[in-house]
Amino acid sequence: MSESTERLPAIPDPNCFLELEDLHKSFGGTPVLSGVNMRVPKGKVTTILGGSGSGKSVMLKHMIGLLRPDSGRVIVEGRDVTKLREREWIEVRKRFGYVFQAAALFDSLTVFENIAYPLREHFDQTKAELAHRVEGCLESVGLAGVGAKMPAELSGGMRKRVGVARAIAMRPQAILYDEPTTGLDPANSRRIGQLIRQLQKELSVTSVVVTHEPELCLAVSDHVVVLERGQLSIDAPVDEFRVSNAPAVREFLGALYAPTAEAAASSDPAEPGEARDPTDRREERHGG
Amino acid sequence: MTSLAARIETLGDRILAVIDTMGEFFLLGVQTLRAMFRGHFPVRETLVQFYSIVVRSTVIVTLTALFTGMVLALQTVVSLTRFGAKPYTGSFVGLAFVLELGPVLTALMVSGRVGAGITAEIGSMAVTEQVDAIRAMGADPVQKLVLPRVLSLTFGLPMLTMLAYILGIFGGALIAQQYGITGNFYLQTVINVVTIPDVFESLSKTIVFGWMIATIGCYLGMRTTGGTVGVGQATTTAVVTGSIGVLVSDFFLTKFLMLV
Repeated sequence: MSESTERLPAIPDPNCFLELEDLHKSFGGTPVLSGVNMRVPKGKVTTILGGSGSGKSVMLKHMIGLLRPDSGRVIVEGRDVTKLREREWIEVRKRFGYVFQAAALFDSLTVFENIAYPLREHFDQTKAELAHRVEGCLESVGLAGVGAKMPAELSGGMRKRVGVARAIAMRPQAILYDEPTTGLDPANSRRIGQLIRQLQKELSVTSVVVTHEPELCLAVSDHVVVLERGQLSIDAPVDEFRVSNAPAVREFLGALYAPTAEAAASSDPAEPGEARDPTDRREERHGG
Repeated sequence: MTSLAARIETLGDRILAVIDTMGEFFLLGVQTLRAMFRGHFPVRETLVQFYSIVVRSTVIVTLTALFTGMVLALQTVVSLTRFGAKPYTGSFVGLAFVLELGPVLTALMVSGRVGAGITAEIGSMAVTEQVDAIRAMGADPVQKLVLPRVLSLTFGLPMLTMLAYILGIFGGALIAQQYGITGNFYLQTVINVVTIPDVFESLSKTIVFGWMIATIGCYLGMRTTGGTVGVGQATTTAVVTGSIGVLVSDFFLTKFLMLV
């Protein structure tokens, strides 16, 4: 019997929510992603670590179709969504929440209107139902009662949390965080880290966090990938990442680098995936 | 030889870039038209934009039309007096205002105020990822941002132009009275020469101007990159492109409407 040359469709992995396959993307002739392969496990927090300008946010935007790859595939729950038209992406995007780097709140709308925006777009509901849902989202991020404020009246940390509240309003299956702690003070960074873990536990969502901050990475991740020169140089569970001898890990973790599992355990009393105060680590660093 | 080849290549690239831009511009026009019939029509946002674009432009249109009508009448009455044709002042001002000054001046003023405003607002949203946020939430930025602005200006500009007719002709009457032409006589000479087809022709041009100013503003805003500097550049481009677009298309539209 001759072997068939037709390629069989891959069997979807039930534990994989999203997959990037040989993704290439260039801007003005400059390659940013050069053959990225990545799997995002369902119900876990995956962190994309990398330096500034390494293409982390570009990767994240491909996951939700805000950017289209030059070549390669984006697969969401076993379905190839790479070549969907803009109208077809709408259904896929309903499954995602996206937290933008600078929150991207609509300046002309109140906090309430910002969070209600996707709900009004996709659901018919009464004013009372809408108010209940929005207030619930605000409570989840610890900002109950600020619905009437304008985004300009909020601090940077509050804006980011409102961004998270808007992202969870549709009760998404996955939340994508683009640099969620950039520009925040340590206390607010810690709060956002705790929020990411809390939402992952409470809502069982799949999370992808893009960051260049090792403290946040170690505090929230189940799985870590490192993006360097347009490709993933590390792809490992957080416990393996923490003790890896790879130069990229040493470079990113800096003083947080723990070369053995024992050292990692002794230097980090927090449970894996449990948010902790990045200031604690700074104190350790300063303390030698 | 190499230099010539390089120049030809550069020229080719520029021509392709212009074609590309024109293609994107008209594609946005088609997408706007489609957005009108898809999903929830953005009623509230359209009303907000109508107020912001049309209602809030009435002051600038009022001042422009009133003073232009006054200065036009002043120049006209003095000039026509030399030829003993002073009674024709109303006819001249009326025709000038309805055929050209009303639509073109209104469109230029609105292009400066509204076209720049649209580009600055949408451009700021683009560089702060608010446009991406609309897409990420499963909504269509063309329907949410472009459609309300294009509809408001396409139907609002003819209304502003009618206001300009009235105020321009009224301004002319104020001056004419000072030179011994009564208000009744002035108005009668306007009505005698300005016909309904003239008004219709003029207003139909403003529909095109309104669509063009709004679409240029939205198009440049949506493709803004490069932070606040990019927003500034896009805004300047919007005013220049919108104004030139009005002046150039005015000639071709007038010529076309004369043939029809």
